[in-house]
Amino acid sequence: MAAASAASAASAAETPATPATPATPETAETPATATAAEPKVVLSARGITKNYGGVRALKGVDFDIREGKVTTLFGENGAGKSTLMKIMSGVERASGGKLVLDGREVHFASTRQAEDAGVAIIHQELNLAPNMTVRDNIFLGRELRTRAGGIDYAKEAQIVGDLMRRLEGDIKPTALVADLRLGQQQIVEIAGALLNQAKVLIMDEPTSALSAPEVEVLFRVINELTGDGVAVVYISHHLEEALHITDHAVVFRDGELVAQAPAEAISLSWVIRQMAGRAVDEASRLAPGVTGAELLSVHDAVVPDPLTSGRNVVDGVSLGVRAGELVCVYGLMGAGRTELLEAVAGRMPMTSGRVALAGRDLTRASIRERIDQGLCLGPEHRQRDGLVQTLSIGRNMVLASISAFTKGGFLQRRAEAQRVKRGQAQTVIKMGSAKDLIGSLSGGNQQKVVVSKVLLTEPKVLILDEPTRGIDVGAKAEIFRLLAEQAAAGLGILYVTSEIGEALQYSHRIIVMSRGRIVRQFDSGRATREEVMVASGENTAVLAEAENGDSQ
Amino acid sequence: MSLTINDKAAAATAAEPAGGRARRRPNLGELLIEGRSLIALVLIIVLFTALAPDQYLTVDSLIVMTRHVAINAIIALGMLLVILTGGIDLSVGSTVGLSGVVAGGLLQGLHLSWADVTVYPALWVVIVVAIAIGTLVGWCNGVLVTRFKVAPFVATLGMMYVARGAAMLLSDGKTFSQLAGQPELGNQGFRGIGLGEFPPKEWLGHGIPTGIWVMVAVGLIAYVLLGRTPFGRWLYAVGGNARAAELSGVPVKKVETRVYVLCGFASAVVGLIIASELSAAAPQTGESYELNAIAAVVIGGAALSGGRGTVRGTLIGAFVIGFLSDGLVIVGVSEFWQRVIKGLVIIAAVALDQLQQGLKRRPAAPADPGKRPSAPEA
Repeated sequence: MAAASAASAASAAETPATPATPATPETAETPATATAAEPKVVLSARGITKNYGGVRALKGVDFDIREGKVTTLFGENGAGKSTLMKIMSGVERASGGKLVLDGREVHFASTRQAEDAGVAIIHQELNLAPNMTVRDNIFLGRELRTRAGGIDYAKEAQIVGDLMRRLEGDIKPTALVADLRLGQQQIVEIAGALLNQAKVLIMDEPTSALSAPEVEVLFRVINELTGDGVAVVYISHHLEEALHITDHAVVFRDGELVAQAPAEAISLSWVIRQMAGRAVDEASRLAPGVTGAELLSVHDAVVPDPLTSGRNVVDGVSLGVRAGELVCVYGLMGAGRTELLEAVAGRMPMTSGRVALAGRDLTRASIRERIDQGLCLGPEHRQRDGLVQTLSIGRNMVLASISAFTKGGFLQRRAEAQRVKRGQAQTVIKMGSAKDLIGSLSGGNQQKVVVSKVLLTEPKVLILDEPTRGIDVGAKAEIFRLLAEQAAAGLGILYVTSEIGEALQYSHRIIVMSRGRIVRQFDSGRATREEVMVASGENTAVLAEAENGDSQ
Repeated sequence: MSLTINDKAAAATAAEPAGGRARRRPNLGELLIEGRSLIALVLIIVLFTALAPDQYLTVDSLIVMTRHVAINAIIALGMLLVILTGGIDLSVGSTVGLSGVVAGGLLQGLHLSWADVTVYPALWVVIVVAIAIGTLVGWCNGVLVTRFKVAPFVATLGMMYVARGAAMLLSDGKTFSQLAGQPELGNQGFRGIGLGEFPPKEWLGHGIPTGIWVMVAVGLIAYVLLGRTPFGRWLYAVGGNARAAELSGVPVKKVETRVYVLCGFASAVVGLIIASELSAAAPQTGESYELNAIAAVVIGGAALSGGRGTVRGTLIGAFVIGFLSDGLVIVGVSEFWQRVIKGLVIIAAVALDQLQQGLKRRPAAPADPGKRPSAPEA
């Protein structure tokens, strides 16, 4: 337990970072706990801010990346880690503040510029052309030329071969990327960064889709890179894994850097405490509702991975939602939450298991039949799955309930207009005319249109996937208030969120999923941030450690 | 068109009543672009009237030109349905030829070799069978696209050859002529499909041929179908975002199949009209009609990516093409130049459309995390 006490000392010394006084690169090299042997800072951010419309994603962050070290970013979804990394790698532009590379201020207008300066990012979604070979992907846009002006394939293949040997990847330069496993594809991306002699390599959730042996290989590669002096920035929701590889841990919360400490001084429980920050405001928690009979029941649902045969993204999940109940499914990315909801809504096929609504079996029902029975899904990506961009606000709103205003095969315009009005009033959508294109609305109001569309089908059970993704705080609160109202009116509500705060505040029950299974259920009234966070990781030993840490 | 919304302020204050903001008034430039195809049509009429005052803007000439327009417009309306779902149908021209040949062949008599008799079906049977064959071609397109996941371009390109080949096979490459029928066989009246006139010529001095009335009827049906029925609504939704439509319970595959069926139906109707007008059915009839139909739809402001397009626009598009082509013929522009000019008009239409879409997108630009490709955090 010595580690825990050291950690609390460290956190007391270092929180919070002060955005008001941006330090110069020189002074940045000597933070509070720095020793004489502190390695050189390669890239640093000073007072970086970023606004998305009304949302302040970063509130003035100072951040250093050191040569030959693995810096790990911890934080909940929306804490600002990925946003900062996108700014530092040229994917996005900061609203304020500056970036300093090797003592000189830099502006990255594109990822290409950042790469040329030696800063490369590897995203969660890999950026490779699957129809091309490993060699062609690595050299894409910077092909080697022969004297005649053609591409020097032999030289390229030789260089790729050398890179692969260095990365211990047994990958042929002429292999098609589509034929590679995900872990191998990641190696290809890293090889591309190395080719460009990256000084800083940023990895955003690199292990979320990797198998355990692939993670091991990745970690060996990372160790080798840092040995060569490359600075690695690592973001992962798998805390234990991240702690294992890190040299320097940095914790973000609500757009600010709240704590940092060297790996030797911290433990998992320290990280979790710093991430969670505050306890849940008890007064704002949803009051326990009056729950009725079970409306939705899912029994032993199994959904196969559409991309990898033999793997199940949902692996034997059973759950029930009762009338008047707000049930939240929490889990990390890739836990199978979205797939579970889509299977329940009829979008993804289940290989086994049953879905029933109010006692009626819907396992083989079409989406239409499920909607008619009172089961409707508001999907995660409102642009991709939720809204039709070429239709007006009003027509998007009533798209799922057209039959309700069809008489004798014809649409009843007046009845439709009334429905739109009702939907707008119910979800408090700010709009000019219902005839305007959906794109004229803000993200929050677009999301309300999605919710409204689902509500207008007069469902018994409402299913929502990330109903507050990418919208501002005001709209979030409004949507949850609406959901609470609907629950109080007797609907069953099942929703997915990535934000623990939301889960704790706006639900009666929290179901935590990990790797396709339900790992724990909480009565929200009693759960804490730490408990939920720990449960979403897959290791139960971690749970024990965190609980010990808390009892200190 | 779309109004500007101050989303930050709107989202922050919950209780403020909606609808307080005024609609932005479109400026002159936007109006010109919005009504470009209609303006183009007026310009065409004015131009050719000036160039050939005695020949262009006369009642007879207008009726002839409109008859030509009708042929293209009926196909274009079928094409519009397909394009609204994001598809395309290249087989319409071949379907025109095939259904004409089927009708011609049946009117000439169906020889049953096993009984050694020649059967002359009644006129209504001829019409039903010819239209059924065209519809069948459309159904094949639909099944290929939805069930076998063949890209619409490829599926209908294939069916274009198949249907054309079938027309050649049925007619042995020859033209069926003299389709007027004989009283003793009871299959008269085919010529009325294209050449019949209402009101009769004696009443007003000018009769309007059936083909034009068919265009009017098909236009009205398409208008009601798109604007007033669930099917029409589904169609726009599927073309705009098939995934969202599917999740909203729209039977996406059924909609996609049906638009090809309807497009085949429209083409078959045109096949009958042409065969009737000419009193002859050649297997080559309808070649390159698919391109004229697509051009009409595109000039009418529809997006080839789907989800956007109107019946009114498509009809105007068909008139632009028809009145332009006939005008060029009347003033004696060479066949070669006619093609160049038609091509330029199509390109201009689409270029202006892009400009218009750009104008529409601008007001919706205020920063919004949800609309960006990358949200602050995944």
